[in-house]
Amino acid sequence: MKKTINNLLVLGLILICNPLFAQQEVEMADTMRSNGKIYVVVSILLVIFIGIVGFLTLMDRKISGLEKRLPGKKE
Amino acid sequence: MRISWWKIVAVTLLVYTILGGFLFEVPRLNIVNETIRSLYFHVPMWFGMVVMFLVSTIYSIKYLRKPSVSHDNFAVSFANTGLLFGLLGIVTGMIWANYTWGSPWHGDPKQNGAAIALLVYFAYFVLRGSVENQEQRARLSAVYNIFAFGAMIPLIFIIPRMTSSMHPGSGGNPGFNMYDLDSKMRMVFYPACVGWILLGTWISTLQIRMKKIDEHIAELEDEKNN
Repeated sequence: MKKTINNLLVLGLILICNPLFAQQEVEMADTMRSNGKIYVVVSILLVIFIGIVGFLTLMDRKISGLEKRLPGKKE
Repeated sequence: MRISWWKIVAVTLLVYTILGGFLFEVPRLNIVNETIRSLYFHVPMWFGMVVMFLVSTIYSIKYLRKPSVSHDNFAVSFANTGLLFGLLGIVTGMIWANYTWGSPWHGDPKQNGAAIALLVYFAYFVLRGSVENQEQRARLSAVYNIFAFGAMIPLIFIIPRMTSSMHPGSGGNPGFNMYDLDSKMRMVFYPACVGWILLGTWISTLQIRMKKIDEHIAELEDEKNN
């Protein structure tokens, strides 16, 4: 009985303290964000991604061209 | 260029992933800190891989039911893209693990399982490369491909959940409970998965079409020689 009461007390304490732990400052890249430097990262990634997509598009076009040049398949 | 709506959707979703993945709010958690954003890029690789391997397996089953060169082409091309996603997933995972777990290779059950699954799929390509006859190669590799998919499921989805793993969602729980509880993260994460799956499909169809052209040319050359 005593043990359960103790356990409940501990549980209650943990529950009360939990928001306190949550409020502790977790280090994030806030300075980078407020500087606006995050946009540098985003734009670099976008350029790389769009470049790769452009490459895929070109390849797609070239393959379509090759498909057109082939004579019709006899089947 | 075969312009299809899904190619446009793929690119749109991935551009959205890059924008949202870096600019939207994320939960402030200890240890992972800002690297939680890697989830938007590392995990979709695995989703992409599993879907690519699943499609590959479906075409292998189709091949065994009705042998045709086209089915074999689909199976090998999707397996190829799946392997690419898997390799990217493991490399990005190692970079992330180095930061959050302290070393790139931690012997984490999911990490080991993924590595073994990739080796199983490497063997698929070794098998294909070692058989000369086209029909034999297609049939043998179709059978092996089904086995490989069957081996991948327990290695990635079951064993890591039976033991304790440092990946979230391990040790009996289904995934996405710890980090992903945040509904804001789902807003970027799910579109990212769909986007990568569609982009993988695009890459696979390019390979399939290239192989078709290659076969066509080979046929023409055969006719010339005869």
